[in-house]
Amino acid sequence: MTQAGYEATRSAIEAVWRIESPRLIAGLARITGDVGAAEELAQDALVIALEQWPADGVPDVPGAWLMATARHRAVDLVRRRAVYQRKLQEIARDAESRAEYYGEPDVDAMDDQIGDDLLRLIFLACHPVLSPEARAALTLRLLCGLTAAEIARAFLVPEPTVAQRITRAKRTLAARQIRFEMPPRGELPGRLASVLEVIYLVFNEGYAATAGADWMRPSLCAEAMRLGRILAGLMRWEAEVHGLVALMELQASRTGARTGPAGEPVLLTDQDRGRWDRLLIRHGLRALDQARSLGGPPGPYEVQAEIAACHAQAHSVRTTDWERIAALYVVLGYLRPSPVVELNRAVAVGMAHGPARGLEIADRLAGQPALASYPHLPAVRGDLLARLGRAAEAREAFVLAAGLTANEREKALFQARADACQAPASGPA
Amino acid sequence: MRYLMLLSGTNPATPPPPELFEAIMKLGGEATQAGVLLDTAGLLPSAAGTRVALEGGQVTVTDGPFTESKELISYALYEVRSKEEAVEWAARFVKLHRDLWPGWTGATDILQVMDPSGS
Repeated sequence: MTQAGYEATRSAIEAVWRIESPRLIAGLARITGDVGAAEELAQDALVIALEQWPADGVPDVPGAWLMATARHRAVDLVRRRAVYQRKLQEIARDAESRAEYYGEPDVDAMDDQIGDDLLRLIFLACHPVLSPEARAALTLRLLCGLTAAEIARAFLVPEPTVAQRITRAKRTLAARQIRFEMPPRGELPGRLASVLEVIYLVFNEGYAATAGADWMRPSLCAEAMRLGRILAGLMRWEAEVHGLVALMELQASRTGARTGPAGEPVLLTDQDRGRWDRLLIRHGLRALDQARSLGGPPGPYEVQAEIAACHAQAHSVRTTDWERIAALYVVLGYLRPSPVVELNRAVAVGMAHGPARGLEIADRLAGQPALASYPHLPAVRGDLLARLGRAAEAREAFVLAAGLTANEREKALFQARADACQAPASGPA
Repeated sequence: MRYLMLLSGTNPATPPPPELFEAIMKLGGEATQAGVLLDTAGLLPSAAGTRVALEGGQVTVTDGPFTESKELISYALYEVRSKEEAVEWAARFVKLHRDLWPGWTGATDILQVMDPSGS
């Protein structure tokens, strides 16, 4: 085979791997009861494919081939372990508790249970015994098929750090005897919150990256959205899953409009709404409808999605339903009390009921220690003060904001706003 | 990366078997479930379509059927990480036709959608 032919086959194998690896790992984890072993077995199958396919050609149904190969080895492994276990003659209680893992594996059930297995894998990777960073790394590794190097690039940390995080995470899961199973009903809300937190963390990590940054970072948004959609398919009855999907789709719809030609950030109010992605907006609104239709009091993701939907459906800043947004921030404040939420409410109230009312709320936040070095507080105040014609104070606020932000582009933006503030007495009307 | 897939083909005289529709729905479900299929729909035959053309400065409107030997059958919009992934999904789709509708010939054209944000 030519070098080019080999490369093409290799790329094809990688594509199949990306598509199949989560299902593969999930199915294998159920057979072996051990996510670390499952990942190794899946990797082994990949290695065999990389050896054989360039020579023999890509099989007609490559996913099934990978699954059959890995499954064969998994069954082998489990049988060997069973023999080992018997030889160890463990105490009866322990043996009993492990019987379901080390008994003869129910291989035929594997195909029917792929959905359930994926769900178990998601809950395992996002288990609260792991730190949020470890959960994110393990999830991207097991459910998105990213390599440690890719995860490292995406999170701007050294590769060995990520590799270590993943290894430790797997070791922790094994040491704490975390089983490959759905959380018990009573624990489900907390466990689900942990999963949603990880997905949104991955999304925000990508969303925070601006154009010009490494491509790997923005792609985290796509990974998170894919995970969210998968989860929404597996847990159709959970409103907050749809709420999170809606929130991500609606936020991502603005990606193209968030940065200007030179990569500078463009605030929501200044964005060219023609550049918003209508397809993602449609997806987001549909997911939000799903969340609403499930009834019950809305959770924090659904409320945030409602806010994003207000923006997505408005043709301009002026025609935005700011009153509804302000009310939604009150609801969000009940669900997730935070000074940042209150600051956003100040912005919305400032738009709905005038800058003076907004400034009242923002000024009440001035003493909050949590916001002491938060650049957006003075930036919001600067904007409200400028609209009130209090140019000198506005300028001072923007200068403060520029001094607080670590983001160069944001600094330039705030500085420009400061420079634009002129005292009405001396400047032109 | 977004890819638009356009399926075109020539149908044999036999009607499409119901198993094909079932398999297509199943595969579409899998792709949706995997979070990669953003949009898809089948298209009516071009006999029901119209072409607006510009040639020699003249705008003409002509009702179908179009003269091309192959009919556009459906479109799908995928969000995947590489072109190879798009190729793999398209291949699965085409293989269903091979396995379930003997005599069918056709092709899926895979075109990348321009995206200024690059993701």
